[in-house]
Amino acid sequence: MAGEATIINVAARTSLWLQPHRIVLILIAIGLVLSAIFFMRWDWLPQYYEMGLLGIWRSLWILAVTCFLGFLLAVPLGLAQAAGPIWFSVPAKTFCTVIRGTPLLIQLWLLYYGLGSLFPQFPWIRESWMWPYLRQAWPYGVLALTLSFAGYEGEVMRGAFAGVPKGQLEAARAFGMSRWKIFRRIWLPQAIYRALPTLTGETVLQLKSTPLVATISVIDIFAVSSKVRQDTYLTYEPLLLLALIYMIITGILVFAFSKIEARIPNKVG
Amino acid sequence: MKTVLKTLAAALLLGVAAMGVAKADPVKIGVAAEPYPPFASPDASGKWVGWEIDFIDAVCAEEKLDCVITPVGWDGIIPALTTKKIDLIVASMSITAEREKTIDFSDKYYNTPTAIIGPKDQKFGSTPDDLKGKIVGVQVSTVHAVYAKKHFGATAAEIKEYQTQDEANNDLAAGRLDAVQADSIALGEFLKSDQGKACCDLKGMVAPDDEVLGPGVGAGVRKDDTELKGKINAGIKAIRSNGKYDEISKKYFDFDIYGGGGAQSN
Repeated sequence: MAGEATIINVAARTSLWLQPHRIVLILIAIGLVLSAIFFMRWDWLPQYYEMGLLGIWRSLWILAVTCFLGFLLAVPLGLAQAAGPIWFSVPAKTFCTVIRGTPLLIQLWLLYYGLGSLFPQFPWIRESWMWPYLRQAWPYGVLALTLSFAGYEGEVMRGAFAGVPKGQLEAARAFGMSRWKIFRRIWLPQAIYRALPTLTGETVLQLKSTPLVATISVIDIFAVSSKVRQDTYLTYEPLLLLALIYMIITGILVFAFSKIEARIPNKVG
Repeated sequence: MKTVLKTLAAALLLGVAAMGVAKADPVKIGVAAEPYPPFASPDASGKWVGWEIDFIDAVCAEEKLDCVITPVGWDGIIPALTTKKIDLIVASMSITAEREKTIDFSDKYYNTPTAIIGPKDQKFGSTPDDLKGKIVGVQVSTVHAVYAKKHFGATAAEIKEYQTQDEANNDLAAGRLDAVQADSIALGEFLKSDQGKACCDLKGMVAPDDEVLGPGVGAGVRKDDTELKGKINAGIKAIRSNGKYDEISKKYFDFDIYGGGGAQSN
């Protein structure tokens, strides 16, 4: 009896959801996708898909590495601003302000075209073990994106650290925890919980900053689509596919973060 | 009085007619109106000067043609030829299969070789073996990118593609590339710049590959104008063999602008 009721309920909900205007919209969407598939040129796909997959891989690992390293940097940056003595908090504040106040493209080019082209003037750098890395483009891309992520997330972490109620920390001290233990067990986890919703947004923004590395000759997925455009003189097809790829990656990221957020205890603080 | 006027009028008419006869047969040389130094550009007084102008003057003198330089916008230069506004295109126009559908070409009269440049402190040449293990920079979607992949792809460590030639040149100066391949004229300009002078020099010209790089630059003629085509070809051959061509080229370039394949290939 109860089962039947549920079925009726689901059917009723479905019929409620499937209203005429929604059906029309769905049909239009399907029509757009099908016409894109059949009326546009996709014959270049077999020639470029291998390069494209490699490009997606590059975009993804750059995203993962820079978000991870950037977050590791953001924790001390936030802590220094929230609770540090003045000789820590002022440099951290300055760093965050400069990074957030200048376009990422300029930071990237200053590092690559500026700093990177100073290195070869010193023979001891050219002869060192670092040179094979320093002459490539990706280290500069990773560095610039990491600093950028750290700058934005450092500001978020400052708020998160400051937002943890003092009573919690005092209670921890009353238990006789050391400062490091308080930080590790009470302060940091709660700050991360608070920062997590914004972390999703920052990561998605970071994904959309990765195409900038194409301007310093790293072949990410954006660079591959540019190459397709220049080789085939097609405009829409590679760009639409590129947009779809970024949307799918964003969807996966948002889904993954929502799963992590769901595991956080509801009551914080 | 009337007779005087009549005579005058007749003389005037005759004069005009005579001028008409004298100028009945000038060959209108279409050059691209957009300056393209050092090949063709107007000087301060508006006179057209450059290697290509000297070259076609020499050919016309050789074949006793009365040539008139006529600037035409580059995008309309082929229609201008087919509608007889001009008789010959001398505008650094590369011989391509696509253009050959509409017009005919004389034999090539120059072919800017494709050059390899690299850091001054390294000695190497321009063969695939020379570039073994090196990172070669090219501009994306150019014949040079295709050439580098085809000929150096197997030996070079990496063929790196750049959006602009300047970026590739910059990275060569910054030590991130071991070599750059591009048109020798473009690279020549870079090597003359302060940055280029300081870092790099010419390593050599690459071996010709007509399939990729094209046979070179030819003079465009109408498909039915075989007489003019024959004369221009004869003129090119004549100035190639009597030294006039080299004499002109030396004024502008410090390398053989006729390009690979040698003088014997027509």
